Amino acid sequence: MAGGVLPALLPPMLQRIADPQAPPANIGFFGPISVPLIYTIVKLLIVFTVYMVGVALLTLAERKISAWIQDRLGPNRVIKGWGQPLADGVKNFMKEETLPAAANKPLFLLAPALAFIPALSLWAVIPFAAPLPLRWGRMDMVVADLPIGFLYILALASLGVFGVVLAGWASNNKYALLGGLRSSAQMVSYEIAMGMSTIPILLLAGDVSLGTIVRQQEQNGWYVLTLTVACFIFLVSAFAETNRLPFDLPEAESELIAGYHTEYSAMKFSLFFIAEYANMVTASALMATLFFGGWTVPFWHAVNNAPWAWWKTVITLGAFLFKVLFFLFFYMWIRWTLPRFRYDQLMSLGWKILLPLSLGYVVVIAGATLGLDALGVPRTPVHGWPVYGLCLMAINIVLIVLLFVVADRGRLISPASARIRAVELERLRAVRDRSALAHPRVPGPAGRTTSGAGD
Amino acid sequence: MSIRVKVLARPIDDVSYVRATMKGMALTFKHMINPHKVTVQYPEHRDPLSARWRGTHRMLTNEDGTAKCVACGLCPAVCPANCIKLVPGEDEHGNRYPLVFEIDEFRCIFCGYCQEVCPEEAIHVGRHYENAEYSRDGFVYDLERLTAQTHPVCEMWDPADPKGE
Repeated sequence: MAGGVLPALLPPMLQRIADPQAPPANIGFFGPISVPLIYTIVKLLIVFTVYMVGVALLTLAERKISAWIQDRLGPNRVIKGWGQPLADGVKNFMKEETLPAAANKPLFLLAPALAFIPALSLWAVIPFAAPLPLRWGRMDMVVADLPIGFLYILALASLGVFGVVLAGWASNNKYALLGGLRSSAQMVSYEIAMGMSTIPILLLAGDVSLGTIVRQQEQNGWYVLTLTVACFIFLVSAFAETNRLPFDLPEAESELIAGYHTEYSAMKFSLFFIAEYANMVTASALMATLFFGGWTVPFWHAVNNAPWAWWKTVITLGAFLFKVLFFLFFYMWIRWTLPRFRYDQLMSLGWKILLPLSLGYVVVIAGATLGLDALGVPRTPVHGWPVYGLCLMAINIVLIVLLFVVADRGRLISPASARIRAVELERLRAVRDRSALAHPRVPGPAGRTTSGAGD
Repeated sequence: MSIRVKVLARPIDDVSYVRATMKGMALTFKHMINPHKVTVQYPEHRDPLSARWRGTHRMLTNEDGTAKCVACGLCPAVCPANCIKLVPGEDEHGNRYPLVFEIDEFRCIFCGYCQEVCPEEAIHVGRHYENAEYSRDGFVYDLERLTAQTHPVCEMWDPADPKGE
């Protein structure tokens, strides 16, 4: 019986049963298990494995880069340093799991997973290479090509804050709680600026599918050139969302011990650590996808377009990885350059600068697109020249000069000591001199106050 | 009146965020690609110690292997940390020698007064620093252990040659 099943299955598995350039048909190999489902499972396994190994190697990269920036050597003992992630992992597995007596146990155990899962699930919708033609049909290099990809990202990214807040609250520790509070305020604040900064993309792309956004950039130029200010706001907000320096207030070591994960040890702590790096990878991939053309290679239209071939997949995958790795490096570079913001500065930056800036930018871009459309400038390239993109670029250059050269001079975000006007100073001094604190009553000889109604 | 806190005027006109960040990033990048590495790979490579390094003690011995110490009692007297325990003895020829000579390296502040004060040049602080132990008791060095040390000893400061040249 069993001998008869395999030969019966082999021919359809080995034959070219579908057009490699077309999406796979819903043919069942094993009863209800169809080709698209098998494709999805294969992609899931590969993406998950690469992602987890990559995150482990990122911890090594972070330590090495920090060491080089600080004129040190970094880890170089365990297999010349390459075994360091493994050694860290083994160490974390061997360590004691602590569970504070006063902690809320279910939430305490749930929080690390909640911090980790959103970062991981975001990868499902990010397209990471050109489609791969296979004999069973085309394999799109995205785990789940959701038509609402972009909204899915915004929705899940905001779930990440739950892990941090719950960890802080369930620990029943004042430092952890403060870290959780800060992180909730920070992540909620910057989420708004982040969402607002992506509206110009939707205005240009006219679609929320990440595949369409990538395709648009391939034709009309990267959004980092046509939407530079949005890219900048998104970058800053992404730093805040991932709790990386200079926005690592939730775990500010110098103030809060370790912030929200103070009470966590062993693998539970490690999971928070992995979650941070997973968030970094996801944010980097988002930056690459939304503003830097995703998996496309600039100026090489042949590789970015059909007909698909395996070498195109390899090259575009390389391009995507290069972009993601650059942003990961950028994350680390920033971390080892900038000090942490103070809490009030963080809030001022988010609410008073980034949010109005992004809102204003939405208006500018919406106005520009409206104007360009009214002038009859086509959105698609004219004779190979992306005229539309060049017009937007010109607007952006002006805005960049205004913002980063003219406006960014002689201004402080929420200064620690503001110079008060002389009039205000006199008024405050008068208030102080009128108060009882300025003239404390002197106790008399018998311990009674000498002051009476007369003085 | 309260204390007037002097707030220095910040050079507000020069303040920037984006440009300052880029400046800082350029600096860190420069260090990253061209690091001035100063790390010493310690167990394999050790930087040489100064000739006047004052570390773990060492008791010098006579040709017959006995300690040079004559139990005069100067070193416990001069020791500011009070870490030297000395019980003097005397043999049939009237020669004094230490019955007990113990130095608690845990209490020692490595000032080198014992070496300075010793008339027989017997006790020395040594050019040696790897003296970790698993228990506190291990830090109390008795006479046997002090004479068994082999590391080079500290050269005292010479007023005629203050820089040690």
